[in-house]
Amino acid sequence: MDMRKTVIPGKGREKRGPAFFRGCSAGIPIIIGYFPIAVTFGMLASETVSAVQAVSLSVLVFAGASQFMAIGLMASHTAAAEIVSVTFLMNFRHFLMSASIADRLTKTKAPALIGFWLTDETFSLASSSSGSLAPGYVIGIELVSYASWVAGTAAGSVIGGIIPPTLQVSMYVALYALFGAILVPVIRKSLPALLTAAGAAGANSLLQTAGIKPGWSLVAAILVSSGIGALVFGKKDGGEEE
Amino acid sequence: MSVWIIILCMAAVTSIPRILPLYLMKNFDPPPLLRRFLRFIPSAALGALIFPGVLKAIPQMPAAAAAGMGAALITAWFGGGLVFSVGASVTVAFILLRFFV
Repeated sequence: MDMRKTVIPGKGREKRGPAFFRGCSAGIPIIIGYFPIAVTFGMLASETVSAVQAVSLSVLVFAGASQFMAIGLMASHTAAAEIVSVTFLMNFRHFLMSASIADRLTKTKAPALIGFWLTDETFSLASSSSGSLAPGYVIGIELVSYASWVAGTAAGSVIGGIIPPTLQVSMYVALYALFGAILVPVIRKSLPALLTAAGAAGANSLLQTAGIKPGWSLVAAILVSSGIGALVFGKKDGGEEE
Repeated sequence: MSVWIIILCMAAVTSIPRILPLYLMKNFDPPPLLRRFLRFIPSAALGALIFPGVLKAIPQMPAAAAAGMGAALITAWFGGGLVFSVGASVTVAFILLRFFV
C-alpha cells in the first residue's frame, strides 16, 4: 500500500505543528547522546583547526565519526582528496537510510533539509515509530539533534572540558545504548527483524575482522541482511511495518 | 585555506547521498520486493551500528561499555523508555569506570 498517498489534504497542515513538537521531545535521548561527544570533538578539533572551523565542520558536515577522522587526518597532514574520499565512504550508508525513510515520509516541502540532517541516530529514532512519517516529526527530531551537536562542538572548542572526565568517557556508551533501546521493542515483536539485525551485526563484525574498512562493511552488512530479509520473509514482516 | 576546502568538500560528499534518495523517490512507488528491502534497513542498520562498534566505545574498559549496553537492553526490554535506558547504561558504565579504572 502506498502510504504517501493516504494524506488527507488540509489535514497535514493542522498536524504539522504538533508533529514537530512531538519530534523535538522524541529527540531528547539523541540530545543527551550527542552533546558530550560533540564537546570531545570540539576540544580535539580546536587543537588542529580554529574554533570557527571546528564549529563549521559540525554545522556543515554533521557526521560524528567522519569529523573525528578528518581532524585526525588533517593533524597528520593527509592529502585533502583522501580525507574527502574517506568521508564519502564512511557516510555512504546514509544513502540507504535516506531511501528507507523516503518511502515512509508523507509529502514534504523540505526533502533537502530532512536529508541534510539525516544521521544514524535521527534515522533510527524516526524509523522506530510505526506507520507513515510526518515530515514535521522527523524535522523536530533532527533539529534538536543538530542543535545539540553544534552547541556541544562550540562549547568544547571555546570553553574546553565542561563535563567531568570519567562521566565524559562513560557517556560514549550512550549512543550504542540508544541504538539498543530502539532495537529491543522492534525485535521483541518481529522475529524477521531480530534475524535481520543479528545478521547485519554478524556480517559487519565478520567483514571488519577480515580487514574491510568500517564504511564498506556497514554498507555491505546492511545491504546483504536487508536483502535476505526482503527475499526470505513475507509481506507483513518488515519489522517496522504498521 | 585548504582546511575550508576540505570542510566544504566533506559537506558535499556527505549531504548528497543523504539528500538524493529523498528526491529520487518523491514520485516513485517502489515494487513490493524493494519496499520490503527498504523496510528492513532500520533493523539491519541498528544491528550493524551496534556490533562490533560497542566493544570499542570505551577503549579503557570495554567491559564497562558491554555492561552499559546490557543495562540498556534489559531496561528497554521492560519498556523503560529511551531516556531511561540511555541513563541506565551511562550510570552502569560510570560506576564501573569509577571503581575499576
